[in-house]
Amino acid sequence: MKLTGAEILCQSLEHLGVEHVFGYPGGAILPVYDALGKSKLHHILVRHEQGATHMADGYARASGGVGVAMATSGPGATNMVTGIATAMLDSSPIVCITGQVGSKLLGSDAFQEIDITGITMPITKHNVVVSKVEDIARTVREAFVIAKSGRPGPVLVDITKDAQQASTEFDWSTTEPQLPPKRIRPGVNKAELDRAQELLHSAKRPLILAGHGIMISGAMQAFEKFVTAGHFPVAMTLLGIGCFPANHPLNLGMMGMHGEAWVNHAIQEADLLIAVGMRFDDRVTGDLRTYAKSARKIHIEIDRAEINKNVPVDAALVGDARDVLEQLIPLVEKKDRPEWLSRIKEMKGDSAVRDIQSLPDTGHLYAAHVINDLWKETNGEAIVVTDVGQHQMWEAQYYHHNKPRTLVTSGGLGTMGFALPAAIGSKFAKPDSDVWVVVGDGGFQMTMCELATIVQEKIKVNIAIINNGYLGMVRQWQEFFYDKRYVATPLVAPDFAALANAFGIRGERVTGRGDVVSTIRAARASKESVLIDFRVEQEDSVYPMVPAGASLHEMIRRPHNPLVETAAEP
Amino acid sequence: MQTLIAYVENKPGVLNRVSSLARRLAINIDSLTVGPTENEEVARMTIVAHTDERGAHRLEASLEKLVDVLLAENISERSVLERDLALIKVAADQKSRPHLMELIKVFRGRVVDVAPESLIVEVSGTVDKIDGLLEVLRPYGVLEMARTGRIAMTRGGDLLQPPGVTGTAKLSAA
Repeated sequence: MKLTGAEILCQSLEHLGVEHVFGYPGGAILPVYDALGKSKLHHILVRHEQGATHMADGYARASGGVGVAMATSGPGATNMVTGIATAMLDSSPIVCITGQVGSKLLGSDAFQEIDITGITMPITKHNVVVSKVEDIARTVREAFVIAKSGRPGPVLVDITKDAQQASTEFDWSTTEPQLPPKRIRPGVNKAELDRAQELLHSAKRPLILAGHGIMISGAMQAFEKFVTAGHFPVAMTLLGIGCFPANHPLNLGMMGMHGEAWVNHAIQEADLLIAVGMRFDDRVTGDLRTYAKSARKIHIEIDRAEINKNVPVDAALVGDARDVLEQLIPLVEKKDRPEWLSRIKEMKGDSAVRDIQSLPDTGHLYAAHVINDLWKETNGEAIVVTDVGQHQMWEAQYYHHNKPRTLVTSGGLGTMGFALPAAIGSKFAKPDSDVWVVVGDGGFQMTMCELATIVQEKIKVNIAIINNGYLGMVRQWQEFFYDKRYVATPLVAPDFAALANAFGIRGERVTGRGDVVSTIRAARASKESVLIDFRVEQEDSVYPMVPAGASLHEMIRRPHNPLVETAAEP
Repeated sequence: MQTLIAYVENKPGVLNRVSSLARRLAINIDSLTVGPTENEEVARMTIVAHTDERGAHRLEASLEKLVDVLLAENISERSVLERDLALIKVAADQKSRPHLMELIKVFRGRVVDVAPESLIVEVSGTVDKIDGLLEVLRPYGVLEMARTGRIAMTRGGDLLQPPGVTGTAKLSAA
């Protein structure tokens, strides 16, 4: 049957199992939109193309599938850049489809022409321009394979307008991907596996560093088996949160710059680190010269380029986390490690008293209270979507995730404005889940236009704004490292509850600790989306904190008598 | 200095992806040569990069992540044959020409063009050899130079062939 390129694209997406496309129309993608209207695909009209990419990203992270974003040429495509980079840094599989000017106009600076494949080359796993109708289906199939395989990532397919308009015979079965014949590297190296076994046997103070790769490879069961087999304590990276239940007795919590103090100390005292699907980012290692000096290291990682990149390792097991763990499990000896575990417990005891939850209620509302109550009220089962900054770290500290893919957050790129659109994508991926946006007053203002998308799509996403009137994390750095010179961090915001109302969303404001639970309950009970503006302590900081470049054990701890101001009324 | 071989898809934009990757990793490329292989769909690159072994590993592994790169391999530690080719235009008058010819002969260069006030010498070999010739030519006045950059190949039975490509001859022993 003869179809246009636009129709072929839509049919291909349907064949690939796509149900939702997040996008924004425009001249160079108009033929596709015309075909979209006749297809079974559900198009979600966003308010800014950055939102489309974050939605596709949130969709991918919450579902484990591939998210699809669409935009027109020129500014439509360039608006996607931040979202593509966010997906790249967090290994999230999304496919972005952009319209391009007609192939005869390429290179002529035509209206809304931009070299988007050139622009996105370093921030995509792969990108390609399609200018022939015959290539559309195969290229889109290839894009899905590339996005999802190995270490996942974003792929951009730029389709010229004439290719969308031209017609050709379409037969799905003849459009198999034809990817270049790449070298297939052998599986896990036997010598490395033997070395890893030796290290596992001889370790007295082993510690697992659990990362995002466990979730991506679907290795949760194998991982739990491995942990139990060796009775290894586990530390989580930010993106690893959820891959291993927070309530498991061997789960110590998050590591790194704002990780739990006992976790960072445990890393520094360990004699063996078993890193699984994580990449020793500077935010989890601190100063590399003093990082885990007494530990040997085993690195389980699918991406060879990550081996020895930041931290030299003693055994590198290159492969899919699940495959490697399944090979390792039979090699592990069960040990109780009472000394090591009680040493960690001892360190934890020291930290617990500093926990903000144990502070008496003095009428002040701390973000930690809000997150803690949200965790309790949602039974720890909500999908929580966060931006970057203080609220993100508080969420990671106080919301205890037991299930994979329930924390969706921008880790590597640290993108403000990610949370709201990513939550919309997550909701489409998991329509029956309770989805909460936890976001700062700064980041929320970057993409709050997507409130209109929520209303237009009639979906339910609850929004908790942790509003402290500052760009909080930057303010915290200014407090600690710039002598409290708060340059460009005090932030005027609209009345968020009124703003929500203007969009057609219910808005609430909470200023006291006593109202947190009831407001969360009411929001959950409501059929419609609810935005809650939590006015929290303005100058509270995230503790502990490893200053950038400092050693992991050199943490700034919460002062015993925090002198904090109350949130001001607008 | 580290030497890598890469087999890549022979199509537009691939060189850009490779060089852009090196830029992103903040690795300075000393020389990069691209040429066809027995298979017209595949090109072979020799990349000489200013980096250490760790940087070379990262470049190698990152290159292989590119969809269009079929294989990348650091051959710095292997037994390798390296060649560079240079065309050097030297100032030469009647008086200096015989001296120059002698020198060029010692370096096994060939004079490929002679003009009243200059000559062009073609020389191939290792980088050291060409640098050596250059040094002795400099006092006469090097007017212009073009160099290909290094191409490299592992010696003997140490084969480095593109994967999955049919029609490539195999060693009879293999």
